[in-house]
Amino acid sequence: MFDLRDPMVPAVARVIRSRHETADVWTLDLELVDAVWPGFSPGQFNMLSVFGVGEAPISFSGEPTDNAHIVHTVRAVGPVSKALCHLKVGDTVGVRGPFGNAWPMDHARGRDVIVVAGGLGLAPVRPVLYRLMADRRSHGRVTLLYGARNPGEILYRHEIEKWRTRLDIDVEVTVDHATADWRGHVGVVTKLIGRARFDPADAVAIVCGPEVMMRFAAKALADSGIPEKEIYLSMERNMKCGIGLCGHCQLGPLFICRDGPVFTQDRLRTLMATKEL
Amino acid sequence: MVAARMFDRFDEARIIGVAGLETMIGELGARGHAVVGPVRRDGAIVLEPIESVVDLPRGWVDEQTPGRYRLKRDGDSWFAPVVGPQSWKQFLHPPRQKLWTVRKSDAGATIEPEPLATEKYAFIGVRACEIAAIAVQDRVFMQGPYVDPNYAARRANAFIVAVNCSRAASTCFCPSMKTGPRATAGYDLALTELSGGDDARFLIEIGSAAGQSLVEALPTHPATKADIEAAAAIVAATEASISRTIDTGDLPELLKAEPDHPRWDDVAARCLNCANCTMACPTCFCTTVVDESALDGASASRSQRWDSCFTGDFSHVHGGAVRQTPKARYRQWMTHKLSTWHDQFAMSGCVGCGRCIVWCPVGIDITEEAAALRRAV
Amino acid sequence: MEIGSLGKIIAAHDLFIGFDQAFLDLVTGCAKNVRVEAGRYLFHEGDPADEIYLIREGRVALEISAPGRGSMVFQAAGPGEAIGLSWLVPPYRWNYDGRSTDLTRAISVDAACLRRKCEADHDLGFAVMQRFMPVIVERLHATRLQLLDVYGSHV
Repeated sequence: MFDLRDPMVPAVARVIRSRHETADVWTLDLELVDAVWPGFSPGQFNMLSVFGVGEAPISFSGEPTDNAHIVHTVRAVGPVSKALCHLKVGDTVGVRGPFGNAWPMDHARGRDVIVVAGGLGLAPVRPVLYRLMADRRSHGRVTLLYGARNPGEILYRHEIEKWRTRLDIDVEVTVDHATADWRGHVGVVTKLIGRARFDPADAVAIVCGPEVMMRFAAKALADSGIPEKEIYLSMERNMKCGIGLCGHCQLGPLFICRDGPVFTQDRLRTLMATKEL
Repeated sequence: MVAARMFDRFDEARIIGVAGLETMIGELGARGHAVVGPVRRDGAIVLEPIESVVDLPRGWVDEQTPGRYRLKRDGDSWFAPVVGPQSWKQFLHPPRQKLWTVRKSDAGATIEPEPLATEKYAFIGVRACEIAAIAVQDRVFMQGPYVDPNYAARRANAFIVAVNCSRAASTCFCPSMKTGPRATAGYDLALTELSGGDDARFLIEIGSAAGQSLVEALPTHPATKADIEAAAAIVAATEASISRTIDTGDLPELLKAEPDHPRWDDVAARCLNCANCTMACPTCFCTTVVDESALDGASASRSQRWDSCFTGDFSHVHGGAVRQTPKARYRQWMTHKLSTWHDQFAMSGCVGCGRCIVWCPVGIDITEEAAALRRAV
Repeated sequence: MEIGSLGKIIAAHDLFIGFDQAFLDLVTGCAKNVRVEAGRYLFHEGDPADEIYLIREGRVALEISAPGRGSMVFQAAGPGEAIGLSWLVPPYRWNYDGRSTDLTRAISVDAACLRRKCEADHDLGFAVMQRFMPVIVERLHATRLQLLDVYGSHV
């Protein structure tokens, strides 16, 4: 992929598909123009560049076994992410990566897995779900608890509906508020944790979403008996390099890009509790 | 053993005069180095290309106190002023660095990386604390999972002539950071100014094969035991003159344990968030990137620039800055320097040079802040 | 349905698991079974809050309607949950609409009856409060999280 001797220089990729997911969220399928994509591990991220605009860290949200497409789900919030969302098929982007560590897929084998996602946080755990479903028999109970702002902002809605029909995975979706036609859960995602079925002594929790939601989800998971070192969270901070050199993504002693973005709750609890760290 | 014999030879100190220093500058140039040294400009000692010993700030000394820096004429030393507003990081890790250009092409876009840095510097007058600072940046840029290739290239090419400090500023606190005032490693050659003036004598110590090779091309003669003792006495006197200290024992743990200490509010009330300390600091390494498009839209480029944790957008995530308050930013900077740097790089991020104290417009003193944080809440 | 089986259902409901048997009998004396078709309202905003619903099956959505915005559901309660916290505090009035989104089976507890028994036997009152307080605190906490609108982009 990109040249490790010059890790700040991106490779060129082309948009081969763009899907409008929800109001301000798009999924892009990319293909490298002149290089071979090495693949990624669930939890890792790319630095995506829109030329002349800038660069932003974006998690992988595609099928981890598919090396032909680099799939990213992006919410249009800042200048770079807005420009990414507005890209058309055929447009070029810069790609540096994959960077960062991964969700504990090997460690999760043989255990119950509870995935708690909020909002756009479903995107970085979708590769985890693909893996779990492809290798379903290697795991205990598998649960996905997903919270969104409202029914219109539920990401990957058709896929979630498909997953719900599977008997070997518990899928619960809740929204913060709904219109009258919504017949599902309404309330915060942490509420679903108490009702999920897992063996806390032999479970791994994978949590991804806004930091406030992750803080409370991690507490609820710990309250349910899962040890903090078995609760994995993916952190987000400003990043300019993705390789531990620019200094932006520090959280106390941690570089989110270099040491993470995935950390266990026992390492994060006091750091997340410190305001403006 | 060869290695042991080599070390013996490096350990062999010699004496060099002003003419020898002049030859050294010329010889470094002849060997392809851009020679950089201390130069008096705009009322401060800055680091600029030099061609001769006449460029050196002979006969000047600096007066440094919190928030204040002045030069005055005094004595006839060649290397009396200690560290100034600049540091060698501006050469090894320059404030602006272009990374690449992208051009529209048949393939859609083609990226042209900037060629690898080729600068070959020779730094004259590097202080012990600055050698420590270079070692800190070496660790950051060259010894992690990813290497900054331009830094590594400039670093590999650099020749370092250290100068052991014959005096200290009031803001110096290298002894408590265990970085000076004597350079013990990390140099090619180290000078100690035994006497000043036209017939100045410098003790010269050799720290590398490149240093040895250079010395062989210079007019020197062996140092006597008295010369070596005189050099040691000069550095010892400098060290004895330094009273500013940081008590570093358990400081990393203390800083981490006190994110809500009222002293942070106190310093935040004084701090202007101007970022001077981070610019002057020889170890601060943070950068941002800036993308620019050509007006014709046919190309764009990305540059890396120094950044500072004191700016509002440094910690920006969608929604706003993680560190919204000046208090949080000062706390980040100081805690990083003196505490979390140890976690990240197994060393201190502070080398005791005192620049942040001098160049702070309101004279905030990191040593005083560290002491205040030790006091009971 | 006999009172015996009603008591067993209440005893097995999340809200009353482990509840003292004598107290359970007192609660059961105020309770009855209800069944609400999907789409029907259990109560409306402004109605007297004279019942507590212990949901066994189905789901009840709590709604507030605002002109131009239609009905907004801010909470939905399912099996094992209770709705009707307004029974505890004067003026004992529903502040929201409660609509069954699926066929819902619940135990309905007569609020006035239970209030009377709690007033007469403060030990019962305290035990009932101990069961309802966590629900109130949890709901308050959830409301604060919803207020934060954590999934929004906030720009």
